[in-house]
Amino acid sequence: MTCTPEAAELIRALRAEHGPLMFHQSGGCCDGSAPMCYQLGELRIGARDVLLGEIEGTPFYIGGDQWERWQHTRLVIDVVPGRGSGFSLEAPTGKRFLTRSELCEIPQTPQGPQD
Amino acid sequence: MIFATPNQDGSKVRFKTRYGNYIGGEWKEPVNGKYFENVTPVTGRAFCEIPRSTGEDIEKALDAAHRAKAAWGKTSAPERSAILHKIADRMEQNLEMLAVAETWDNGKPIREGLAADIPLAVDHLRYFAGAIRAQEGRSSQIDDNTVAYHFHEPLGVVGQIIPWNFPILMAMWKLAPALAAGNCVVLKPAEQTPASILVLMELVGDLLPPGVLNVVNGFGIEAGKPLASSNRVAKVAFTGETTTGRLIMQYASENLIPVTLELGGKSPNIFFEDVLAKKDAFVDKALEGFGLFALNQGEVCTCPSRALIQQSIHGEFIERAVARAKKHVPGNPLDVSTTVGAQASNDQLEKILSYLDIGRKEGAKVLLGGERAKLSGDLSGGYYVMPTVFAGHNKMRVFQEEIFGPVVSTTSFQDFDDAIAIANDTLYGLGAGVWTRDVNTAYRAGRAIQAGRVWTNCYHLYPAHAAFGGYKQSGIGRENHQMMLGHYQQTKNLLVSYDPNPMGFF
Repeated sequence: MTCTPEAAELIRALRAEHGPLMFHQSGGCCDGSAPMCYQLGELRIGARDVLLGEIEGTPFYIGGDQWERWQHTRLVIDVVPGRGSGFSLEAPTGKRFLTRSELCEIPQTPQGPQD
Repeated sequence: MIFATPNQDGSKVRFKTRYGNYIGGEWKEPVNGKYFENVTPVTGRAFCEIPRSTGEDIEKALDAAHRAKAAWGKTSAPERSAILHKIADRMEQNLEMLAVAETWDNGKPIREGLAADIPLAVDHLRYFAGAIRAQEGRSSQIDDNTVAYHFHEPLGVVGQIIPWNFPILMAMWKLAPALAAGNCVVLKPAEQTPASILVLMELVGDLLPPGVLNVVNGFGIEAGKPLASSNRVAKVAFTGETTTGRLIMQYASENLIPVTLELGGKSPNIFFEDVLAKKDAFVDKALEGFGLFALNQGEVCTCPSRALIQQSIHGEFIERAVARAKKHVPGNPLDVSTTVGAQASNDQLEKILSYLDIGRKEGAKVLLGGERAKLSGDLSGGYYVMPTVFAGHNKMRVFQEEIFGPVVSTTSFQDFDDAIAIANDTLYGLGAGVWTRDVNTAYRAGRAIQAGRVWTNCYHLYPAHAAFGGYKQSGIGRENHQMMLGHYQQTKNLLVSYDPNPMGFF
């Protein structure tokens, strides 16, 4: 995974204010499917979370079940103007991290029971 | 008919330029004096200032709630019920005003606020006003001399964090049972839609004793976290996404308090082949049920965002469903004829567009829409998306993740078992739809789908007295039903001996 220069700049600014950071990819409704940025250690990382990589020196995790469904894509963390809810650190800045995706490989069409 | 824009002549609602927090029955400035601009997604322009509250404001709200809790908790059920009825009546009398406020804050078409959001909120209040009157404790005779009495007692002070998709209705889903059960509440609206709940508090705040209901606005990290992690709340209720849901459970574990969570879904809407067996009104009902993916711009936790259509009717059904869905294009949300309004925020718009992008990259075919909608005039700065129909397969990410936009991903299935396998191949289990003329298929499918609500030959109905909540990663707890009272009550057991003699044991 990677991040855009704009996202890297925002991560640096947040780190200067809040100290070391972490990301966790959310799922579900409202602000689901969006990356959440916290102070490092704020969210307890569980045994089934997967470390996807680092962006701007910051670890980026995703839930294991979700990772299974996302693993054919490469994530690019970007920034857009906005105001995500949730407890992500950047919301008060008027900017919101956004997960964009690139394809690693085309997933195989699953075979139905009739095939 | 088009409702006048808020704050203009003839408008039903006049927003203040700046709001305070509603604490202890009074409007209070945020302690740090900071505010943020609140934008309407209808035009993309700011229209009022909202407190950018912090933990200090949450503490003041908790102070007020704790001052009020003893008296409110001892208020009789008939008294609390009467107050909820008064709130409901006043909301009903101001239906259009609240609906316009909701549209301006959230972007939803006014027809939804008038026909659904506000009337349902009113009905929820009346339902729990009745449910608390009808609730009774139980007693059991343990033996001839010993009786166990069970009483319901309020939890005390609870925290509620409200989402932005149905700001007033979601607040009432949580407030009505909490207040009916005798709890005091500190409520944190979503920062995308903070204003309509404040308009509501201006309207009905005087009906409740001071401190019973407190509203503190601000950002999640600055105001939501201090509320969710406070050791002065006896329970936290949250509707939102999974990572924040985990955090809220984590904070709750530090304080050993319960939570209820509603965290969304990726709901399958299943159309069996007999749907098209006749030419009758039921066919149109099913096609309407398909099109409900665009209701509230898809910003519904139970959006029927995966349509599974039996292979034998797939071609004809999709053709007719897309033709019907094509009629629903985004328009002025204040126009009562508009069925698709604005997405609630710019970042929500961007997220939806990112999913339209990954859907294409994964090879899903775009059968309808697939792009941002450009409206003219004042609406050109708003956040509008064309209702979109993808065709693909269930392993694609647009089938697996909640987009929270007017986007449905369609695929086909061969037979019953195939349908159920696809329907259950998801992390979530909040809602589902089943469409068939065969009662046996309907029953078996409804029981086989791992979801808390299976709409059968209908969709997107949210009546009080029908339990709503999730299986799997969709959350914990049930709303909309008298069983929700149990999420806001302690059970007090008095175990009483009527035996005048000693046990003779010790």
